[in-house]
Amino acid sequence: MRRFVRSHATELALLAVIAVICVFLSFATDRFFTLGNAFDLLNTSSVNIIFAVGLLVVLIAGGIDISFAVAASVVQYLTATVLGWIGGGNWIVGFIIAGVLGVALGCINALLIHGFRIISIVATISTFNIFFGLLMFFTGGVSIYNLPDWLTTRVVLFEREMADGTWAEITLPVLIMAICVFATWALITRTTTGRQLYAFGDNPEGARRFGINIGAMQFIAFGWLGLMAGIAGLVQAHYAQEVVPNALYGRELDVLAAVVLGGARLGGGKGSVLGCILGVLLVSITQNGLNLMGVSPFAFKMIVGAIILAAITLSNTSIERLLPFLKSRRVPS
Amino acid sequence: MAVGPGLAPARLQDCKRDWIRGFDSMADQALDGAAPRPLLSLRNVNMTFGGVKALKNVSFEVLPGEVHCLAGENGSGKSTLIKVITGVYKPEAGAVIDYDGQSYSHMSPVTAQASGIQVIWQDLALFPEMTVAENIAFQTVIGRWPRLVNYAEMRRVAINALQRLGVTFDVDLALHHFPIAQRQIVAIARALVGEAKLVFMDEPTASLTQSETDYLLDIVRNLSASGVAVVFVSHRLAEVLEISSRVTVLRDGALVGVYPTKGLTQSRITELMTGKTFDYSVLHRDLSRSPVMLEVKGLSRPGEFDDVSLTVRRGETLGISGLLGAGRTELALTLFGMRKPKSGSVVLDGRPVRFGSNRDAIAAGVAYLSEDRLSLGLIQPQAIADNMVIASLDKILSGGFISSDRKRSLVNRWIRDLGVRIGKQDDAISTLSGGNQQRVAIAKWLATDPKLLILDAPTVGVDVGARAGIFDIVSKLADSGLAIILISDEVPEVYFNADRVLHMAQGRIVGEFTPGATTPQAIEEAVYA
Repeated sequence: MRRFVRSHATELALLAVIAVICVFLSFATDRFFTLGNAFDLLNTSSVNIIFAVGLLVVLIAGGIDISFAVAASVVQYLTATVLGWIGGGNWIVGFIIAGVLGVALGCINALLIHGFRIISIVATISTFNIFFGLLMFFTGGVSIYNLPDWLTTRVVLFEREMADGTWAEITLPVLIMAICVFATWALITRTTTGRQLYAFGDNPEGARRFGINIGAMQFIAFGWLGLMAGIAGLVQAHYAQEVVPNALYGRELDVLAAVVLGGARLGGGKGSVLGCILGVLLVSITQNGLNLMGVSPFAFKMIVGAIILAAITLSNTSIERLLPFLKSRRVPS
Repeated sequence: MAVGPGLAPARLQDCKRDWIRGFDSMADQALDGAAPRPLLSLRNVNMTFGGVKALKNVSFEVLPGEVHCLAGENGSGKSTLIKVITGVYKPEAGAVIDYDGQSYSHMSPVTAQASGIQVIWQDLALFPEMTVAENIAFQTVIGRWPRLVNYAEMRRVAINALQRLGVTFDVDLALHHFPIAQRQIVAIARALVGEAKLVFMDEPTASLTQSETDYLLDIVRNLSASGVAVVFVSHRLAEVLEISSRVTVLRDGALVGVYPTKGLTQSRITELMTGKTFDYSVLHRDLSRSPVMLEVKGLSRPGEFDDVSLTVRRGETLGISGLLGAGRTELALTLFGMRKPKSGSVVLDGRPVRFGSNRDAIAAGVAYLSEDRLSLGLIQPQAIADNMVIASLDKILSGGFISSDRKRSLVNRWIRDLGVRIGKQDDAISTLSGGNQQRVAIAKWLATDPKLLILDAPTVGVDVGARAGIFDIVSKLADSGLAIILISDEVPEVYFNADRVLHMAQGRIVGEFTPGATTPQAIEEAVYA
């Protein structure tokens, strides 16, 4: 028990914060504590969670990426265009195109970082500007509304009619999100590659001495984030039923904050999928609650910022200090 | 402590004889059928870096299961030799490396590892966020193709390796929860998983206290008893004598000799390593009329130290010795204003002081040389000059801005006064040797015009030869009227360099010794009891 608390301090702290907020919102609004709202939360958070687990892998490997959200916009746009050329396609073709494009863009980042020894924050700020600049230049900022039918049709996986006559629904993005979450979890905790990623982020020199292929690590981490960004891009187009070039602009910082909130460390070697999901959920629950309480949307960013600060402070403060009975005895030396 | 005037002719003869004897003993063993065949035997190893001969015709051998010490000052070629054996460097043609029945002209890192040569690097190369089990059994997740991780197998491998060392750990806990001494053991266990036959340990005790060192030495004994040969590199000669059966001494890239440890003394090894003789004598300064600079009464901080009272006079060096966790560093940090005492009083130079922060302490004339030079004491990537003036920037201002002329003259003065050997003032501090870095760190504090200088473990990672130089400086500083507190794990260090020695244990001052009236052994017995 004590060991569990020590090794999952961040996740437990986040859960506590989320629980407090949920209890508060359940009493403050009559809509929050309903199945419909819970499902809504999942549906709207899916894209961010997919981004988040992708970014988690890069953070674990000791890197950072600012460009993935605009990369997803590029992928959206290109995929929609290609689908237009080939005249339709289906979900599988869509995912293959989006995935390949996403991985390719991620690998550009990895190439800059590994091949040209540019530190990841500088490399990805550059590609952020290049990707977005190219996208705006070639599209002239024009959106695509003419998407294939299969992409814009809502797919309901589970539905239930509520007492007030509304429908609570779980839609396709949630399933895709669940698959991405599971795949990332399996990659980083169950495969040797994942453990090498952790080791590389934790102590790059130590990893190098063990004969870990450093270049491969960078390509796998950024390639995985590219794949997730590509998938998230397509899912977002499906959810919004349109492709707007600057729709995802600025999303990178929200996701980054959520992932760090979830316990990933900017120095590498640390972070979990569960923490990631909780980080994203904390932010979306807060926004959702503010919405339901009728708070002005202009105040959202401010309040979300304050909540992120509070949660980070709580999870940084040693949990043993908050719960003295868990304090472990000194390890004898 | 004074440094003798170089190598006396008679001494030189001695060295030569030792050198020859070293070879003789090797030759004897080769002829004697009963002696075990060496696990590793190197001959004619030469290495040149940019015109500088790093290794000159060096020979070296290790017997199976023996603990062999490699001694020498920084730059004597120890690391180069280890890197030749582990395949990092390729020696010049003519070298012969016989290892485990095979003969090589050079090693490669892959062959070295595959045939059981393991190095435990000074910086350990461990993964702090991963569990102990993963750290020890990390080998099992290495490989060309991705596989599923077998955590049960990892735990089993890790527990096995720890059992061979005779220790038990919670292998599921992340490594960063463990103190450095235990991480050291994790690194050793990892080497065992790699089927080690020969383990190199590079300064394994540099950041350990005495009790942790003893623990580690026990582990090394277990390792050796289980048939693994250990080559031990250390600056601390006491443990070299304690742990090894033979010592190979290098100086300036050449072999000085191979000696059985039995019959060697610390001063003898020092002579062999440096080629100089050192005169050990205790201090005899009459300070009874010197005014009191620091008077501490009943100082307490719950959980750290309790009811500490002490005085230091102008021109006096007060030694404080004790084990880790005795509260020495905590006491020092409190005197330096970085922690606030719960009760008690501090009087500095006749005035009661209560520091709000270490800035107040520095302004009042207290300087504290940190125990951890590498990460806390100096800013490694920055220039020597910048490091030296960082605590006294207000003294080099001109019209509100830093004057490069005043900075230069201040730095020049301290480099001259303390005899720091540097290339250029603007070189990074990391380019200097440990001893020279420590001189810069001392200069940094002297530039603040302190009245009280606290030296916390000032010789960690500093060569024997350079240590003498540092204590020379300390002695001169005391003579110039500074009050000095010298904190050290190593009893001989305080014994020979302090006027009085306090023994601190579990947060209390439990004993006081006057070096002239007692022996280092008596203090050691009290401290390590």
